[in-house]
Amino acid sequence: MKTLRYILQKEFRQIFRDRTILAIMFVMPTVQLMIFPLAANFEVKNVRVAYIDHDHSSYSHQLRNRIAASGYFKMSGNPGSFREGLELVERGSADLLLEIPAGFERNLVRDRRQQLNLSVDAINGTKASIGAAYLSSVISDFVKELDLKVKSPEGIQFSPQVKVEIISSFWYNPHTRYKYYMVPAILVILLTMIGGFISALNIVREKEMGSIEQINVSPVKKWQFILGKLIPFWIVGIIVFTIGLLVMYLFYGILPEGNLLVLYLFAAVYLVALLGLGLLISTLADTQLQAMFIAFFFMMLFILMSGFFTSTDSMPHWAQRLSESTPVTHFIRVVRLIVLKGSGLAEVSTELGYLALFAVVLNSLAIWNYRKTT
Amino acid sequence: MKQLFAFIQKEFYHVFRDKRTLLILFGMPVVQILLFGFALNSEVKNIGVAVLDNARDAASQQLISRISSSRYFHLMEPLLSYDEVENRFRSGKISCVIILPSRFGNLLYQDEGAPIQIIADASDPNTATTVNHYLNTILQQHVQEMNAVLPAAFNIIIETRHLYNEEQNGSLNFIPGVIALIFMIVSTALTSVAVVREKESGTMEVLLVSPFKPFMVLIAKAIPYLVLSLIDFIVILLLALFLLDVAIKGSLLLIFVESLLFIITCLSLGLLISNVTNSQQAAMMLSMAGMMLPTILLTGFMFPLENMPGFFQVLSYAVPSKYYYSIIKTVMLKGLGIAYVWKETLVLVGMSAILLSLALKRFNIRLS
Amino acid sequence: MGTEMDKVIVCRNLTKQYGNFKAVDSINFEVNAGEIFGFLGANGAGKTTAMRVLCGLSYPTSGEAWVAGFNVYHQQEQIKKHIGYMSQKFSLYENLTVWENIQFYGGIYGVPHAEIRKRGRELIVSLGLEKEMKKLVGELPLGWKQKLAFSVAIFHQPRIVFLDEPTGGVDPLTRRQFWELIYEAAAGGITVFVTTHYMDEAEYCNRICVLVDGRVEALDTPSKLKSIFNASSMEEVFYQLARGAKRKSD
Repeated sequence: MKTLRYILQKEFRQIFRDRTILAIMFVMPTVQLMIFPLAANFEVKNVRVAYIDHDHSSYSHQLRNRIAASGYFKMSGNPGSFREGLELVERGSADLLLEIPAGFERNLVRDRRQQLNLSVDAINGTKASIGAAYLSSVISDFVKELDLKVKSPEGIQFSPQVKVEIISSFWYNPHTRYKYYMVPAILVILLTMIGGFISALNIVREKEMGSIEQINVSPVKKWQFILGKLIPFWIVGIIVFTIGLLVMYLFYGILPEGNLLVLYLFAAVYLVALLGLGLLISTLADTQLQAMFIAFFFMMLFILMSGFFTSTDSMPHWAQRLSESTPVTHFIRVVRLIVLKGSGLAEVSTELGYLALFAVVLNSLAIWNYRKTT
Repeated sequence: MKQLFAFIQKEFYHVFRDKRTLLILFGMPVVQILLFGFALNSEVKNIGVAVLDNARDAASQQLISRISSSRYFHLMEPLLSYDEVENRFRSGKISCVIILPSRFGNLLYQDEGAPIQIIADASDPNTATTVNHYLNTILQQHVQEMNAVLPAAFNIIIETRHLYNEEQNGSLNFIPGVIALIFMIVSTALTSVAVVREKESGTMEVLLVSPFKPFMVLIAKAIPYLVLSLIDFIVILLLALFLLDVAIKGSLLLIFVESLLFIITCLSLGLLISNVTNSQQAAMMLSMAGMMLPTILLTGFMFPLENMPGFFQVLSYAVPSKYYYSIIKTVMLKGLGIAYVWKETLVLVGMSAILLSLALKRFNIRLS
Repeated sequence: MGTEMDKVIVCRNLTKQYGNFKAVDSINFEVNAGEIFGFLGANGAGKTTAMRVLCGLSYPTSGEAWVAGFNVYHQQEQIKKHIGYMSQKFSLYENLTVWENIQFYGGIYGVPHAEIRKRGRELIVSLGLEKEMKKLVGELPLGWKQKLAFSVAIFHQPRIVFLDEPTGGVDPLTRRQFWELIYEAAAGGITVFVTTHYMDEAEYCNRICVLVDGRVEALDTPSKLKSIFNASSMEEVFYQLARGAKRKSD
């Protein structure tokens, strides 16, 4: 026990003397939380539509105005033909191409049906699908209005027998602001980088310098060395988490709806898991460069799979299972649940179980892999 | 000349002996391509939906079965009361709740119609708005079908064509992004570290007193990383071609030349970094944090540029990968020619020239 | 254990092999208590590898060895309690002060708190580092670092101290001063096991073991070796032995 005390004393002294770590502890959370959410905005807006009007009727003009006024779209140019419209897309000036054929108004009045051609720049799939969805809803709104205004040629006011009134409400984020979704997740990413990267780099630096050898030749036990690394970085992690929460509140006005203690409980367990990962990485790398790459690889993998960018719901089964086997996924889910929806411990207890499992597995692997004698 | 070759050969050994880093360098793009190609997509589907059916009549059952048969939604356990809604959201299993009023079947025929309440979990705004749209569409379609016996209402059918991506492979814009990222890592980060390592171990001075011109020394160090970048590039292209069935539409030659140009830009950046730093750690930090972060954030392949505040958009003009990304998208995915990308190409040429001359100037200054 | 109390290190056919490559090839020797035992050889001859096995940093491939009476296969942790170690690559933490380093190493070797203070004070005074006590080790000149590192290595009064090329990179005067410290330690009963490729340092040892290509080519006092090989200096002795060496240094 006394040995552990001496080790911790040395680690803390070294950490607080290391300018880089201090900068990371204070600057990184602030900077990341302020910059990332500004960039990480997946809202679909300002979709550029090239409207090709072959009909030039009052209906086609009305539709154009509706689209322009909807707030989602920006009209791009005035192409007279499909060729011209395509040119706009090729040059990158338009995302969607809507072609109104000649006879649009006449067909609608006479047959009540009309086919429109929509071409989307599908290189950016998100924009394409969501933009197309918005456009079709604007068009269907247009159609509904026509329903109410136009009399049929027989002079009978057409009114449907069956009607529904749809009332939509958005909970937890009534103005559908992206930052509420992103900021808590970025906080998790922050913690992930601290836990995974920094700890791995620190230990590998000792390997490179040779000071690990000095420890291996001494009576210091494996568990003492490992705890000696885990505990200080865990504390650093908690401090960073706290600073992150503060920034989140001061800068974005996001106050966790749920219990702060539960949040911290999760952060605590999560950090242990991540530090275990960092430890494991450090046993696999010989140089800091390698450690950095390996850590970067895992971080990238975890973050991509975690539901940070794209929802886990839309993943194929095998990918969903893979996603469930990374700690990041669970923590991001939990943070969003607690911060935005106020979920309590009971609702997220399975996630806690998962995180605890990760912590145990990763740390065991790391301890097993670390050899004092080779 | 022979000595230069020997030197370059030694550099190759250095690079290719570090198996672990090589594994990551090739593994990373492979994994990214696999993920983006097969696992990640921003389509909205399998969304968890729960229904609170206060009516339990034929009409509500019909509606519910319609929703459950839609591929967008995954119908979960029905709700038994309004109080349950909050809890179900809090467990995170559902994203949307539909509430049908009692006597739904009768209310449908009233003048005001039957009120249907949709509650969307807007934590994820995109999903929420899309879910709302889809539900609205499904419900309206359902209603229209019920009115089918009557003269049809106005109906506009939209035929959608996916340009450049007929197979609808999710998003293709990640491929050039992944390529740009790899080039940044290999050509900028690794090169700068390699040169600084030489400085750290003191062998740089030995090289400088040799008959090599200083600029040759720098070039020789950069060559293995150029080769590594090209190999990586080919691997990524092959993967995209065979695994993802992405057609490479434009001129292969143009793609290759532009990529070479960008690699040179990255290498120049790496050489410049190695000149201003003195330790491997600093070189790594500067490359990774200083260069990679802007690449990921501001190139436009991960986060849409047009959504960012003006300041960021201005900043993105200074990031070389933004131009490369645009070039590759236009040439490789849209199949267009040099006429569409000459501006960006010129920018890259200019950047390379400036960076390279800065790097050399600094290098020469240190000597004297 | 089967060894006499006097022999602090015993090696019998000790081998360390990597694949087909025998870094240490069946070496045999014994070191007596209080000896200054030198391990001489070119780079790549196997000195450091052998030392790492004896320190419990590396498992031997075959053969046997005992350090301070403990077996290198099964009792490594026991060995580590009774030895000190100083390598050329790293000795002390550069970003800790002189005093903090002393405190740390004393502590992890189980020296009681009061003893650390007492011995630490004595150490600082004897090295003349009173003014540097609170300075970061990284700010000290190389010679002082090395002397401090050695003193820290024997701070917990181990039975044996292992030194791996401890005097690299300093001038001959500083090296001489360093060896005075070694003499002091040996006189106090600590066995010193030192590897070196400096031939003049070989003269300072009680006995020398010369390693060539992983094998013991000679083992005796410096004067005896010089007379056996008809040489006027250890350098000549080594040259004669190493001529047949097949392994080139790194």
